[in-house]
Amino acid sequence: MKNKSIKTLKFIGLGFLEPLIHIIDGEERRKNATRFIKGALLPLVSIFLFIFLWHQGAMALYNSEANDRIEKARTEQGEQAALDMKACIASGEVSCQPNTLPSPAKVYQAYIALWQDHLNISEKKSEFKDKVAATNAQREAQGLDPITYTGRPSFLDQIGTSLKTVAAGFLLAMLIAVPIGIVIGLSDSLRTAFNWLIQIFKPVSPVVWLLLVFMVVKTVITDPSIDKSFIISSISVGLCAMWATLVNTSMGVSSVDKDYLNVAKVLKLNIGQNIFKIVLPASLPLIFTGLRITVSVAWMVLIAIELLAQSPGLGSFVWEEFQNGANDSNAKIIVAMFVIGIIGFILDRIMLSVQNLMTFNKGIA
Amino acid sequence: MGLLELKNVSKTFGQGINKNEVLSDINLSVEDGEFVAIVGFSGSGKTTLINLINGLLFPDNGEVLLNGAPITGPGPDRGMIFQNYSLLPWLSVYSNVKLAVDEVFRKLSKKEKDAHIRKYIDMVNLTPAVDKKPSELSGGMRQRVSVARTLAINPSILLMDEPLSALDALTRGTLQQEILKIWNHEKKTVILITNDVDEGILMADRIIPLTPGPKATLGPEFKVTIERPRDVTQLNQNPEYKRLRNDILEYLIDVGATRKQVSDQKYILPELKPVMPGRVVFGSRRKKEAVKYF
Repeated sequence: MKNKSIKTLKFIGLGFLEPLIHIIDGEERRKNATRFIKGALLPLVSIFLFIFLWHQGAMALYNSEANDRIEKARTEQGEQAALDMKACIASGEVSCQPNTLPSPAKVYQAYIALWQDHLNISEKKSEFKDKVAATNAQREAQGLDPITYTGRPSFLDQIGTSLKTVAAGFLLAMLIAVPIGIVIGLSDSLRTAFNWLIQIFKPVSPVVWLLLVFMVVKTVITDPSIDKSFIISSISVGLCAMWATLVNTSMGVSSVDKDYLNVAKVLKLNIGQNIFKIVLPASLPLIFTGLRITVSVAWMVLIAIELLAQSPGLGSFVWEEFQNGANDSNAKIIVAMFVIGIIGFILDRIMLSVQNLMTFNKGIA
Repeated sequence: MGLLELKNVSKTFGQGINKNEVLSDINLSVEDGEFVAIVGFSGSGKTTLINLINGLLFPDNGEVLLNGAPITGPGPDRGMIFQNYSLLPWLSVYSNVKLAVDEVFRKLSKKEKDAHIRKYIDMVNLTPAVDKKPSELSGGMRQRVSVARTLAINPSILLMDEPLSALDALTRGTLQQEILKIWNHEKKTVILITNDVDEGILMADRIIPLTPGPKATLGPEFKVTIERPRDVTQLNQNPEYKRLRNDILEYLIDVGATRKQVSDQKYILPELKPVMPGRVVFGSRRKKEAVKYF
């Protein structure tokens, strides 16, 4: 039981909790307590330190901008206006708040507000669903499309869309890069032939990929009922992110241990069996390393691409909030930043677990 | 005519200045059911020789004949036991053997294959470890898997490339006995490459030394007439064993010594004069200048 839970924890990347299990079990309490403090408490301390510094910085910026505003009112409108402005800022009135880096507390408030907003919207959605249920049944009977909710998406919906875009992009990247990588890896001449192209396309910026995809998709898909922005952004994400997998796959396939290939030769495996029974299993660890990099790159470029492609998602959320310029917009942007970071971290952990699952102990084969 | 014949075989690697004539003028004939050991120094081209026989390499000159026909490539008729086991680390013991059996006995039913695989795993005493991965096994156990995999495809010739050289002395002894037992039982033709003369005498019918490379060739053969089964402890008292061991070692040391003489080139070193700090002589003007270092 104990060993099993330790194994699971390590597998999902929560290995720092291991000493806690030993402590509960009553094993070498002192030693494990030190280990736990090192593994789990030190990161927490650093997070608190970060929040403290952030808070101090935000306060300094806030005061600096408040002073500027008061000073401006004084030089432009006189002493009375300056006093009014000071009172206004102190009262917390929305119209005269300094617009700067929000403090951690404000970000937390924005987070609560976003959550509340999500609850409101989902309530509205379900109300709408109930309202149109009868009509939709009728429409379906007549062979018409049902009426769908077209209101503003909530923050959580945006996250969902972003995840969908990344998933689509990742699948596309995998479907393109792994087979091509295998083919290129198997043949020296193909590898030489494609090497330059790969090296040239690899560093191209996500923005350029987006424009390129836009040019093509705009021409290919003329039907206005199809959601082009989703297609464009997912394809761009896929194209940006696939290079790591492509390079890793071809490297993995081309560097399969010669001993394994000799076994295949002696057994006279045909080419299909050689690929599926020897080459692919031997290069799986490297392929999955590539896929893991692909996921993190995909998530990173997604925000920029969504921002430009006007496709719904976290990227456009950030952009809209920035354009919006409301009192809590800055705080919402920072909430989005943390959400993006945390989701990226979780995705990476998931891929790491999959990678560990696929890796065999090569060193002592 | 033997089952396997090598006629005037030579093999060269590289070209130009990197040219390395590894083997030259190799002649060998192996009879059906014979156990031949090829003994040589490390780096003399033993692995190259066995790769010529298993078909992973082709000779530059001469020919390698199996049943009178030249070898066109590797094949399961020549079972190969590699020095570094060459097990697939992502497959279990069972699956490693199964990979070979699936390939060679395609017509067998699933049940027959299973029985076949288990029989050979049992033969090398690995039944308790049948579902383990190679990384969970010791070196000796891994080599046993390799032996089972090779025997399971029922080759007509068994090629062993220093199969036991990476193992400790105890495991080595047990595996030697096991291989001999299996050989006695299956009566296959075996070519064993080794750097251990004692191993050769213990196991083989004939011992052929390979002279040190480059241009390695086979030396005179030594027939081992000691009666089987040979026991290691009794072997040490056997006068025939002592004589044979001395002869072979003497021969190997002799050829080793001649190799040394051959490669005893004179190296002409460039004449160097030390540069004294503080006295640097400049080109044509030959003006002495003091250089301050500190």
